[in-house]
Amino acid sequence: MKKILGNKNTRTNLVTYLVVIAAFVLVKACNSLDMLNSSQKGYLVPICVYISLAVSLNLLVGVCGELSLGHAGFMGIGAFAGVVIAAVLKDAVASDTVRLLLAMITGGLIAGVMGFLIGIPVLRLRGDYLAIVTLAFGEIMKNIIGNTYVGMDEEGFHMAISTSKMKLGEGGKYIISGPLGATGVEKLATFTMGFVLVMFTLFVVLNLINSKEGRAIKAVRDNRIAAESVGINVTAFRMKAFVVSAFLAGMAGALFGLNYSSMTASKFNFNTSINILVFVVLGGMGNILGSVISATVLYVLPEAMRSLEDFRMILYAVVLILVMLFTWSPKFKEAVGAASEKITGLFKKKKEVVGNE
Amino acid sequence: MQILQYLINGISIGAVYAIIALGYTMVYGIAKMLNFAHGDVIMVGAYISFCVTNYLGLPSIVSVIAAVAVCTLLGIVIEGLAYKPLRGTSSLAVLITAIGVSYFLQNAAQLIWSSSPKNFTSIVTMEPISLMGGQLVITGEVLVTVAVSIAVMVGLTLFTGKTRTGKAMRAVSEDRDAAQLMGINVNQTISTTFAIGSALAAVAGVLLCSTVPTLMPTTGSMPGIRAFTAAVFGGIGSIPGAMLGGILLGIIETLSKAYLSTQFSDAIVFSVLIIILLVKPAGLLGRQVQEKV
Repeated sequence: MKKILGNKNTRTNLVTYLVVIAAFVLVKACNSLDMLNSSQKGYLVPICVYISLAVSLNLLVGVCGELSLGHAGFMGIGAFAGVVIAAVLKDAVASDTVRLLLAMITGGLIAGVMGFLIGIPVLRLRGDYLAIVTLAFGEIMKNIIGNTYVGMDEEGFHMAISTSKMKLGEGGKYIISGPLGATGVEKLATFTMGFVLVMFTLFVVLNLINSKEGRAIKAVRDNRIAAESVGINVTAFRMKAFVVSAFLAGMAGALFGLNYSSMTASKFNFNTSINILVFVVLGGMGNILGSVISATVLYVLPEAMRSLEDFRMILYAVVLILVMLFTWSPKFKEAVGAASEKITGLFKKKKEVVGNE
Repeated sequence: MQILQYLINGISIGAVYAIIALGYTMVYGIAKMLNFAHGDVIMVGAYISFCVTNYLGLPSIVSVIAAVAVCTLLGIVIEGLAYKPLRGTSSLAVLITAIGVSYFLQNAAQLIWSSSPKNFTSIVTMEPISLMGGQLVITGEVLVTVAVSIAVMVGLTLFTGKTRTGKAMRAVSEDRDAAQLMGINVNQTISTTFAIGSALAAVAGVLLCSTVPTLMPTTGSMPGIRAFTAAVFGGIGSIPGAMLGGILLGIIETLSKAYLSTQFSDAIVFSVLIIILLVKPAGLLGRQVQEKV
């Protein structure tokens, strides 16, 4: 036992799991004591979704070192696939929980397959070019989802890219109707499932990071050429990280899609991808617990500031810029260092204060 | 005849993309950062021009000058406050800050000018030229936009090729540390680049809204992303590349809307970008930099 806890990685991972579990228990307790109002309850599932998205993107950006600007695209695929599966299985599967699980798994799988297909061309590129191609793919996916019609009638399942091509029989109904998106979605998502999703994401990502694969991926990030020269198959490992990340984003998307009664593809645009990236960067690259915390705080922050109305997003922007400046600017770090040296200098009487240049 | 008309429309919107892309490419080439706030500077430029003509009643040429002046200043201020302190740190940190600036500009604009769309009156008063018995119509906006974009491209090429500041920019873009050792003031050079990029954004904003007359706080973001794609398309960092990329993107967009599919035009444009990048990873006119081991 001591030996296991002695490992630094295991300890950090344990802390991450414990924080999430503690938060879940706390929220559940508050909920059972009726301490949450309805709008606060409404945040719970999206928070879980964004935590999963941030953690899965962190695998790509922080651990793998690939800047992806199209994460919302995978989320969107997962969301719409999940909505369709949940609607199709409505009569076949009685239990809502099972149906939700199936929807999430299918959403994840389809997103994962898309991730693989996209990964083949995308992973040939590096750096900013990779970022742009992921951006492009995100927009393409949004565009395609936003113009797809999916419906169901007695004969089964129909899919087309325009209303005129949809030959729905009588009694058939649309599940996704193009630009109008999915309407009349059953809200299957629950906070408990959100918690399960977060735990699953953490389990997959943390185990991947601390495995042989994870070390190889980090080696590729730190020095691609050196990694290649010791026999690491760079493309294969980048692909693994890419597919896993897409799979998790798809699952989170399915949960997100089943949390609202209607949803349009424009929800999964460039801005959403960027928001998830902001969570990752502010939480710390490669720091999983950081992603969990920053996704929660940054999701709640604009919601909590709703009373400020128009000033809310401006304040959010200012906070974002200031946090970036304070955490990254070398000058600011120097100033903090000098100040703390001065303060400690006050207590060390005889030694000379050398902090300022 | 129809296809010629589409081509002309494509070139017109493409020329606007080209001007925005030129600003992007300058900033990326020299400061090595993706300035996501560029699209929003475009929007600010358009609003300034709108206010000067509609509220102050001044002639349109004054409004363009005012827009350029305000945006140049804005560019320098943004660079000094938000980007300069992060120079030399992670490029992702700067990217996120740029996103913060973009949010800030959009929401500030919403606060000042409200989110309801304004109807921008074109600054071009020239009569449209109709050729071949009215089958082909070339509006004044098209001529002005294309002329301005060519002038800007030639101007920038000469500027970076011949002047002292321009040469300093190229040196900074090539190797920042070596340039500093040679006595080039890197910070000042980057500030100048931002000033030029933002001035171009103002011009692009006015021309964009003259072509597509709806003005909203989010007007700049989609053309910004498109122009950025255009810059990459042509080879980011290359001035003729940005011009070529912009025009081609405009043409592809218009033609795919006309002949293939209206709804899927976004998907088509971005697919073309991906294919080009796979065949030529550095863009059409970009230089392939060999990695040293």
